[in-house]
Amino acid sequence: MKAAHYLVILIAGALFGFGLSYSTMVRPEVVLGFLKFQDWGLMLVMGGAVAVTVLAYQFAPRLLRAPLLGGRFDTKAIPWNRDTAVGAALFGVGWGIAGVCPGPAIAGLGTGNWDLLWALGGTALGALVQGWRAKA
Amino acid sequence: MDITSLFPFGWSHYLVGGLVIGLGVSLLFVFTGLVGGMSSVYSSTWSYLVKRPFFQQARFTQSRGWRLVYAAGLIVGALVWWLVFSDGTAQHTSVPAWQLGLGGFIAGYGARLGNGCTSGHGICGLSSLSLPSLGAVLTFMATAFLTANLFAWVQA
Repeated sequence: MKAAHYLVILIAGALFGFGLSYSTMVRPEVVLGFLKFQDWGLMLVMGGAVAVTVLAYQFAPRLLRAPLLGGRFDTKAIPWNRDTAVGAALFGVGWGIAGVCPGPAIAGLGTGNWDLLWALGGTALGALVQGWRAKA
Repeated sequence: MDITSLFPFGWSHYLVGGLVIGLGVSLLFVFTGLVGGMSSVYSSTWSYLVKRPFFQQARFTQSRGWRLVYAAGLIVGALVWWLVFSDGTAQHTSVPAWQLGLGGFIAGYGARLGNGCTSGHGICGLSSLSLPSLGAVLTFMATAFLTANLFAWVQA
């Protein structure tokens, strides 16, 4: 990867982090409020993000021969199997307890919210234990 | 039913934030072809430290660099929001530390076992029109609703 790649990746991440903060998704209280049916905002966040991304994912590979900086378009094919089902179910349980998912656990630090280090540490530990138990 | 009762804190910041997130994920894809879910960075970063074969898979060692830059971008973007759009006081959460740590642990384990989180399955998977991702989203939404309400009920 060239410097231009990393610059684009940094800007893309920054847009993501700004959006998470602007939409208050970096605040566990807001996410838990959604999960307790007090506020439906998270549907708008998810819906807005998908509305834009679906255009890029569906049209870019059809209109462009390759990504603008070269290489090829990744196709992420995840199978539906036991791991996906159990993993998703567990992810929801953890998300429902903390009100924090992997993105906001990182982005929230940029808003000076050091409490979220607990969530970041927990998530990192969870990923470590998962990989430790898994077969390569 | 009054639509504003669904959004007691207003709705436009949710929609605008979501559109900006989509813009970031789209920019990443159009320029580099990369699919920008967030949970993978937790496994790929461990590959720097843990030599076990699972973490030394090419999908982690070959993506760990850009995923860390992407994660750094998250913090930069949030910092811009904090400095420009908020009142500049450090954010805090009233959710207790044990709840953040425990929930984070289970969510981290689950997201990596299931190969995705709210961004990987939610934003990227749904935008790829992937049925397994739709299944994952419906599954984690269901268990998250159940868990959050159960917790609130127990604590009340």
